[in-house]
Amino acid sequence: MSVSQQPPESANAPVGTETMEPDHQGYLPPGSDGDADVVHQNRLVLRWKLFKRSFKQNWSLFADSKIGLLGLAIIFVFALMGIAHPILMATVWEDAIYDPVIGYDAPQAEKTVVPDAELTDPQTEVALSSALLDNPLVQPGDTVIISEQPANPSSKHLLGTDPLGRDVLSQLLFGTRAAFAMGVIAAIVTVIFGTVLGSIAAYYGGWIDGAVMRTADLFLLIPLIPVLIFIGGLFKVGLFSLGLLIGVLSGLGPVAIVLKSQALSVKVKPFIDAAKVAGGSDFRIITRHIIPNVLPLSFLYMMFTVTAAIAGEATLSFFGLLEVDMSWGIMIHTAQTQGYLLRGTDFWWLLLPAGGAVTLLSAGFYLVGRGLDEVVNPRLRAR
Amino acid sequence: MFKTISLRLVQMLILFVVFLTLLFFLIQLAPGSPADRFIGNPQIPPQARQLLIERFGLDQSLWGQYWSYITAFFQGDLGVSFNQYPRPVMDIILERMPRTIWLFFGATVLAYYFGFILGKYLAWRRGGFSEYSITIIGVFLFTVFVPWFAIMMIWFWSFILGIFPTGKFLDPVLWRSVDFSANDVFVPLIVTAFAALIGAGLFTYLAKRFRGRPGLSRLFSWGGSIVVVGGFVLYWASVSDKTTYALDIAYHTVLPTMTVALIAFGGVMLLMRTSMLETLAEDYILTARAKGLPDSVVRDRHAARNALLPVVTSLVLALATIIGGGIVTETIFAWPGLGLTLLQSAVSGDHPLALGALAFVGVLALVGHLVVDILYTYLDPRIRFD
Repeated sequence: MSVSQQPPESANAPVGTETMEPDHQGYLPPGSDGDADVVHQNRLVLRWKLFKRSFKQNWSLFADSKIGLLGLAIIFVFALMGIAHPILMATVWEDAIYDPVIGYDAPQAEKTVVPDAELTDPQTEVALSSALLDNPLVQPGDTVIISEQPANPSSKHLLGTDPLGRDVLSQLLFGTRAAFAMGVIAAIVTVIFGTVLGSIAAYYGGWIDGAVMRTADLFLLIPLIPVLIFIGGLFKVGLFSLGLLIGVLSGLGPVAIVLKSQALSVKVKPFIDAAKVAGGSDFRIITRHIIPNVLPLSFLYMMFTVTAAIAGEATLSFFGLLEVDMSWGIMIHTAQTQGYLLRGTDFWWLLLPAGGAVTLLSAGFYLVGRGLDEVVNPRLRAR
Repeated sequence: MFKTISLRLVQMLILFVVFLTLLFFLIQLAPGSPADRFIGNPQIPPQARQLLIERFGLDQSLWGQYWSYITAFFQGDLGVSFNQYPRPVMDIILERMPRTIWLFFGATVLAYYFGFILGKYLAWRRGGFSEYSITIIGVFLFTVFVPWFAIMMIWFWSFILGIFPTGKFLDPVLWRSVDFSANDVFVPLIVTAFAALIGAGLFTYLAKRFRGRPGLSRLFSWGGSIVVVGGFVLYWASVSDKTTYALDIAYHTVLPTMTVALIAFGGVMLLMRTSMLETLAEDYILTARAKGLPDSVVRDRHAARNALLPVVTSLVLALATIIGGGIVTETIFAWPGLGLTLLQSAVSGDHPLALGALAFVGVLALVGHLVVDILYTYLDPRIRFD
């Protein structure tokens, strides 16, 4: 096949022409865009097939680890919860009662007044001292109607209400979105920073490498939570900026170091030399050859960053340092500031769902990371 | 080895200055200058305002302020706290630093010791039920929401079982009529505990060194334990007026230390398991087994020792987690260390104190890294003899 035989009009069609039969080479009609499209499509189909094959291979490796599948299942359940909230708000739940931030409901309950010392069952009895706050004439043995706040779990409020009369289940579902948003922002920023900086440092070496690595050293040394507390005290930090912050801190730090060492091992492979000899520019070699080869590893670190981001968001909002209306951390923060922390199992729905959700979702992402680890790192596989 | 470490020291110093610079300019960037709170008050007479401006150094340029802050920092002067005026920041930090070190140190030693051992066994028994269940527990501890976990620990141990106090690092009623400060007991406690640990390490090393001579080895391990424990007990029995107070502090220490240790333990154990799995796939392990060496020798001397290296490297990452977890734990337990100081000052806008506390958290992390580095050069002969 030689280019000189082709009419100049069809010079835009040499992509993948080797798939055509040689007889037609010299006789392509001028401006035959249709054929070019077919050829172009062929390449996409080919890529798709390759992608599907490698995906299948990796998936079977991933599916071998029960731990990774468990993590994926946990994330899936939480994603469903996040989707369920707006749907429930639009259909079943009334805004005035079930809104996670401004909703209010105080279920009425009939209770018997008993002296403080004889209080045994808080479900049906109320201590005299607290009943006196509502009605100064009440006596032990009377039946009073108490508007409960926080209310016990009931058919109306499956997880009860919080100390301000808001539905806990609604808050829990709403908080899922914040956690996912945080995780996604932090993960994407981390991967972009870590991959690009790591690849550039490995490819160019020299002072660029030195600069990136010293910066990484700095961010590696700094414990994340104290710095976030410091920054949260100084600035108004919202969900988006916190995600950005966590992403940048971990992307410039540990992730850049790990990805640089991976990129170094890619850089010495023969196909990089081949690309250089073929005249590939630095930009093309980095974007087309190095980055795709370090991406699996960066995907792994993405999962670990999500874990850190979810925990960071919850911790900061627990301390009240985050400008956010409602999140899992705020739910525990409310329980703490209203004094329900050490009431044992009496008010379990104020503490368990939120704390459990943070732990479970971070564990889910971490487990997926572990599963990916076995795909990326062949030495971990069972013999 | 000394060259490596001194080079590392210089690097760390530079890093620390960069860190401090970043923090200083972050404060400058924050909306509402801290000085405005005092200067902006219209009721302050002009002379007093002039005096304040001079004292805060606000008549200097930004670079002048920065330069004087950095130079003063390395002379041990971190300015004056806003909320506890006129107490110097350095004074507050020196008072609270030992408490954080105590918590951090105890928790780290416990977490690493048990993490190594359990991680080793987990990898060795790959695939069993115990491996799965312990790995799940490890993942739970590693990803648990720290404030919530600390609350649950208090709830279980202090509320349900009633064994440990719910918070604080001493019992105020007991200390009411005492004429020495808490740190007079606290600092000796740290020093003696540290000495005991070093002694224990030394005797363990000697016992291993003379493994070939069982009599001598036994003498070192038994005699060593007696000397270390006996020395520790004897010292605290001799300062009889402080013994009860030391016991009080130790009693308050148990629960927070346990919390931080458990949080850190999960990460260390998972790391050790992964690293041990990688090492077990090496050819020399197969060789060792083929030679017919007992399992315990293959596991402890061939695999675990080599698996330790990447774990120690990764400890650099784990260190930050432990410090972060420790700081959150401090706030839940009302443990008046650096972490609680940092949170309180950050929330209330006490910028000099927040900056100082965070800088010293950084110092703590740096020292931790240095220890890890020294450990690494000791463990890996390739670095030592370079």
